[in-house]
Amino acid sequence: MLTDKTRAEAREIIARYPQPRSALLPMLHLVQSEEGYVSPEGIALCAEELGLTKAEVGAVATFYTMYRRRPAGDYHVGVCTNTLCAVLGGDAIMDSVKEHLGIGHNETTEDGKISLEHIECNAACDYAPVVMVNWEFYDDQTPSSVRELIDAARAGNPPPPTRGPSKLCTFKQVSRVLAGFNDGLANEGVQAGPATLAGFQIAQERGESAPPFPQQQSEQSEA
Amino acid sequence: MPLTPVLSRSWGDADSFTLDGYVRHGGYTALPKALQMEPDALIQLVKDSGLRGRGGAGFPTGMKWGFIPQGTEGQAAKPHYLVVNADESEPGTCKDTPFLMANPHELVEGVAIACYAIRASFAVIYVRGEIVHVIRRLQQAVADAYAAGHLGQDIAGSGFSLDVVVHAGSGAYICGEETALLDSLEGYRGQPRLRPPFPATHGLYASPTVVNNVESIASVPSIVNGGAEWFSSMGTEKSKGYTLYSLSGHVKRPGQYEAPLGITLRELLELGGGMREGHELKFWTPGGSSTPLLTAEHLDVPLDYEGVASVGSMLGTKALQCFDETTCVVRAVLRWTEFYAHESCGKCTPCREGTYWMVQILKRLEAGNATEDDIATLLDTCDNIFGRSFCALGDGATSPIVSGVQHFRDEFVAHLDGRGCPFDPHASTVFAAAGAAR
Repeated sequence: MLTDKTRAEAREIIARYPQPRSALLPMLHLVQSEEGYVSPEGIALCAEELGLTKAEVGAVATFYTMYRRRPAGDYHVGVCTNTLCAVLGGDAIMDSVKEHLGIGHNETTEDGKISLEHIECNAACDYAPVVMVNWEFYDDQTPSSVRELIDAARAGNPPPPTRGPSKLCTFKQVSRVLAGFNDGLANEGVQAGPATLAGFQIAQERGESAPPFPQQQSEQSEA
Repeated sequence: MPLTPVLSRSWGDADSFTLDGYVRHGGYTALPKALQMEPDALIQLVKDSGLRGRGGAGFPTGMKWGFIPQGTEGQAAKPHYLVVNADESEPGTCKDTPFLMANPHELVEGVAIACYAIRASFAVIYVRGEIVHVIRRLQQAVADAYAAGHLGQDIAGSGFSLDVVVHAGSGAYICGEETALLDSLEGYRGQPRLRPPFPATHGLYASPTVVNNVESIASVPSIVNGGAEWFSSMGTEKSKGYTLYSLSGHVKRPGQYEAPLGITLRELLELGGGMREGHELKFWTPGGSSTPLLTAEHLDVPLDYEGVASVGSMLGTKALQCFDETTCVVRAVLRWTEFYAHESCGKCTPCREGTYWMVQILKRLEAGNATEDDIATLLDTCDNIFGRSFCALGDGATSPIVSGVQHFRDEFVAHLDGRGCPFDPHASTVFAAAGAAR
């Protein structure tokens, strides 16, 4: 159910942009934060607020893979099966999760807790194989680690993301962030995982750095 | 060649992503200097530095800024915009994401400087939606920069005002293409536009717009602080400065390595301890899956724009995906082709239809149900896609196939006529060696 609060927040999003229609993508994330998917009611709300037809909104919503046409689970699991992750173990993880849950790509478990998707490269190739839950990073996974992760999530006790907040948010909570509403969790979690720091640490061990800034330019040299 | 951490200099600190963490490493010292300069002088500084776009194409950043019409007539009189392309989705590419997680303020400072230079008072950071913690860090960095007076009205009493919005995308690789990104940002399906006109004159809302990659903009504060000469003291003759190289795959130490342009894969692998124990490099991408595959023959190619181009590939995003001899090149190429078929926006027939049919042929090939003719058909299809679509997605889709067949034709042939794939996929997983956790 969408309420007056949703409508007020939609208008808040519209006010961020020089032209109202730029708000459409974040508004659709907002709809998902209430409904768990892009519902007919949500499409109508976006259309009304932006002076578009429902067909125009639907045409946009169906272009983008993050907008769901059926409700996502509380925990939306994405297994990267693009080449690098697939080769390093993503295919084995996907097979194992499908078997474990008895569902396939783009399906949701009967209890509505878990939905599954095979995803494309999620920009964490140095942590392959990567699994995303509600678009949070679970790095360096194995089939058994993902099965355990899913069982724990189903029991309401998912482990925190590898690089993310100290507690895993639900799909709806995360969708609010995507709509542009800061949830205050930015300062939780690590600044970087071990792979991110590989070159930095080697540079430190070897005493290597960029040349210092010339003095006349700056006294804030990093050297 | 020594490593040169600049963008990554602060990443060792647990609070590197906070305003305090950034300030401790010299953050927000470049902005006040930039605001003392003439905007045109800033554009000249970036031109002089030799900074080239880090999103893949390598177009000179300062020149892009210089294309924005200035004045009070015609297009120049419209509002100007800066759009930061943080839609990092090219397979293998994983530099902007860890950078923004660890150091979002350096981008924000770069945004403020760039907007002052091109005379824009509104900027958008278009970040892919599937990296929610990065989005949180950006939202917080922008909020903290407003609170500290680095964004907003009359910044540091300069009379320059700037609003910045962090905009989450919704899962479409094509939106990394700059004109598709602009359509998406205007609330439409993300499909590329015909050029000309270029975004520099008719970009966001048909107004003058600069679209730059995250790393390009984030390099600007250091150029303002260090100067053009300092920046260009790193790198090679035509490829200046430092950059983030992302090492991934069957390597001992995958990760981010910030080095001058022109370092080689051999040097990077040596730093990271090489390929995993007992295995050797078979093929690699220099800059994501859209850049033609290279092999162990190319270990000493300088990883700069010219060096990689000279061996028939592209520097791209410097996403060095390294695969060892356990990996089936047909499987790798098929998977990438499936990606392009999935992500083709459907606007241009050669790309939409061609990628679909290439997947069908490659699937048949992997299963052992293809003949030598099918390899010819694949190459012929590539020929008919390349250069025949609005944007580079179609061109990119042909790269793995053409280069894969070029370097590994025997392996394609080994799959033909009922033979199927000779490789054991388990052998190439990271958990194969450990014998653990299946």
